[in-house]
Amino acid sequence: MFRPIRFLAGSAIALGFALPAFAAPLALTGAGSTFDYPLFSRIFYEYSQKNPSVTVNYQSIGSGGGIEQFSQKTVDFGASDVPMNAKELARAGFPVIQVPVALGGEGIAYHLPHIKKGLKITPDVLAGIFLGTITKWNDPALAKLNPGVKLPKMPITVVHRSDGSGTTYIFTDYLSAVSPQWLAKVGRGKSVSWPAASSVGGKGNEGVAGLVQQTPGAIGYVELAYLLSNDMSYAKLQNKAGQYVYPTLQTVAAAAATKPEISATDFSIVNAASPESYPISGYSWALLPVTPANASHAAALKTLFDWTVTKGQADAASIGYVPLPANVQATAVKDIAGMKE
Amino acid sequence: MSGAALSFANRRKFSNYAWVGLSASLSVGIAAILLLIVLYVVISGIGAVNWAFLTQVPHPVGVPGGGVGNGILGSTIIIGIATLFALPVGLLTGIYLTLFAPRPLADVLRFAADVLASVPSIAIGLFAYEVLVAPFHHFSALSASFAFSVLMMPLIIRTTESAIRLVPIDMREAAVALGATELQTLFRCILVAARPGIMTGLILAVARVTGETAPLLFTAFGSQFWVVNPNQPMAELSLQIFTYAISPYKIWHDQAWGGALLLILAVLALSLTARLLFRGKTTASL
Amino acid sequence: MPARGLGRHAFMSIVKAAVAVFCLVLLGLFLVLLVGSWPSLRHFGLRFLWTSRWDPVANVFGGLPFIYGTVVSSLIALLLAAWVGILSALFLAEFAPRQLSGLLGILIELLAAVPSVVFGLWGLFVLAPVVQNVIGPALQAVFGFLPFFQGVIYGVNMLTASLILTLMIVPTVMSISRDLVAGVPGRYREATLALGSTRWEAVRYVVLPMVKPGVFGACMLALGRALGETIATTMVIGNRPSISASLFAPGYTIASAIANEFTEATSNLYISALIELGLLLLVISILINAAGRLFLARISREGGPA
Repeated sequence: MFRPIRFLAGSAIALGFALPAFAAPLALTGAGSTFDYPLFSRIFYEYSQKNPSVTVNYQSIGSGGGIEQFSQKTVDFGASDVPMNAKELARAGFPVIQVPVALGGEGIAYHLPHIKKGLKITPDVLAGIFLGTITKWNDPALAKLNPGVKLPKMPITVVHRSDGSGTTYIFTDYLSAVSPQWLAKVGRGKSVSWPAASSVGGKGNEGVAGLVQQTPGAIGYVELAYLLSNDMSYAKLQNKAGQYVYPTLQTVAAAAATKPEISATDFSIVNAASPESYPISGYSWALLPVTPANASHAAALKTLFDWTVTKGQADAASIGYVPLPANVQATAVKDIAGMKE
Repeated sequence: MSGAALSFANRRKFSNYAWVGLSASLSVGIAAILLLIVLYVVISGIGAVNWAFLTQVPHPVGVPGGGVGNGILGSTIIIGIATLFALPVGLLTGIYLTLFAPRPLADVLRFAADVLASVPSIAIGLFAYEVLVAPFHHFSALSASFAFSVLMMPLIIRTTESAIRLVPIDMREAAVALGATELQTLFRCILVAARPGIMTGLILAVARVTGETAPLLFTAFGSQFWVVNPNQPMAELSLQIFTYAISPYKIWHDQAWGGALLLILAVLALSLTARLLFRGKTTASL
Repeated sequence: MPARGLGRHAFMSIVKAAVAVFCLVLLGLFLVLLVGSWPSLRHFGLRFLWTSRWDPVANVFGGLPFIYGTVVSSLIALLLAAWVGILSALFLAEFAPRQLSGLLGILIELLAAVPSVVFGLWGLFVLAPVVQNVIGPALQAVFGFLPFFQGVIYGVNMLTASLILTLMIVPTVMSISRDLVAGVPGRYREATLALGSTRWEAVRYVVLPMVKPGVFGACMLALGRALGETIATTMVIGNRPSISASLFAPGYTIASAIANEFTEATSNLYISALIELGLLLLVISILINAAGRLFLARISREGGPA
């Protein structure tokens, strides 16, 4: 009867003996944004190859979770798609340095039979679709933008992220910037109350992409890295200068270049003004303590992030992220220097 | 008169065939759907499974190779410790509420187990976080084991109860008549006879937590490295699968399916072993 | 004799300690949820139960659509899973040849081990299109006069979520019921068959009533799983916090809402509202369980030797 217990007890004891055999190097832990996870795992892997005495364990538990755990000091650093605001900083109760670590964009993906990528969309039309005032694909507003394209008489299904996400924050930040009606009715946030009657939520990039691919007539927003590595149709979006642009690494970089001085209190780069910039782009942030709770981790943490915001950015483009612009890197390095060792 | 009786008999015969047929087609149907799901996982995941996948730690996108070896180890440790904790508590509570507890208390315990079974796993993770992570300021595999054991308890309690109730009363009476004490009857007679049912419960409970992700985010936390110290953050296979499944990259999606395939195979192996083991024993001991 | 008495005493102490641990766990869980949801309880009061606006931007939270979605999807799943699970348990334990029974039993139990995220992805990529293009239109053609089957058929909807949940909980009902039925001593069946009953009648009127309380327990465990399931439901239910009679419309469940928003929530009231949803789920589960017990007591009084 009690065999399984005996077996398990045996393995637990064996385990106890095995423990001392592993002596780990200095282990830093971080938690937060899911968006940052692939980039961080790449950067920290490269870093550990060069500095074997330091290992970094970063886990994607979500930006809210990242801020919470960072404030509770269960991790050495946090990461969030939206910087901590004054209220959150007060709740943490210790001084925090926030630096941008990753830059990304979002594409508008859709599923229309016989229409490949490149449908033209303006900010007004996009807001109309997501507000639920434009409900058919052959709406005159859309037809006017796309002469020569035979738009079907199909109802529009709006697909959004159901999980709270920085992707949603940047998207709603953009809609709030271009549509006063959106700002008044919905606003910006990582989760919002979606007004369109035909809206459905998918969990994660995969959930949204899956819904868009399966539902004829669907439209949704998806991370650039996801668009680049999956076969989906996506729109050319009109930017502030009136140009229609695709989301690419270059057009997102151009948007970031329009605002060299960003900070944790002034960080939005949506709806950038230059003609070649793509309008739905944004940064993600690392949260660092000015005085690390674990003093022995301080020097390693500082060196690590110095590297992350500079040399570490070299691999970003190969996995679908936009490297931080040079002037943003310089500001970040200056801020990181404020950490106490 | 006799015609009516005949048609009544026919109707009963027909209803017999109809119900047996229905039950047969439902069980075959459910098994077929399962085969579809497993096939889907196999097709999507088989490409990712190789020796490196089983033995290496995760690699970032763009660095070839990499696997879930540390996740497999972590899952084994976390679920092992959870079982160590949940099995005695669940089994003894089940025994108590079936054999010893006064009626109202037994009802309350049974009710409590059913209610506990419906608490979403993420809330149980939150509970483990408040009790075992926040006060100590660091994540640990132990806190995940605790969360898992809470998930396992109701299943073990309720299946223990069912299994004991099924032991025919005359078997117990026979044992007592032969002069066995209460404890001897319990250990040598009731628990031996109830073993298959308890095993089913244990397998269901282990299977239940094997695929669980939500309570791990704030407890086991995850790790890219080999970790065996249960007081440290530890990798876990289903957590790894989840992280990969929601990422933007095809190579990680493939690895997620590969991991899912491993999970299913592991539970299949567990279920088969348990079944073979106790089948031999029961026939010998009865 | 004194040694025996001592042994029993020691054993009972261990048993009581285990029961105490179990009770402490439950109590602790309840307390953590209560403390966590306190700000929301105080701020929204009972309004939380019947308002439908869930707006994290404005910090206004009402839980009705989640409560509705949870109860409806779980009850449909339970109804389907009870039928399928009990009938297949009967087949495996009573009618099937031994080899086939063992094979099918293991296969169905394996369903319990498929990770939720796999169920979710399979549901999204395989089941949802089938519901949208085959099952949905068929139901609408036959039962379209009922409000439950009207309107636009989405792929991700209450029906798809209920079906996925059914698949996830069938193994629990099936495995436990099968063990129960197999445990009924053969002489009861033999006696019934000897009186001239068919095999089905022996099973339906003699074996099944004997195991009714146990089967009911299995259903309650399964219901628990359905109520609390997060990731699989989230992938296929559409996550729209609105109430619609149609099963073809998207919905939302409590557990999905927690899983979707908890990790990214930052304001105190927001987190607290999510935890209050968790507490509500506990209350819903208590209510459904109690109702189920009353129902069981009722049918036990009417029918056979339970």
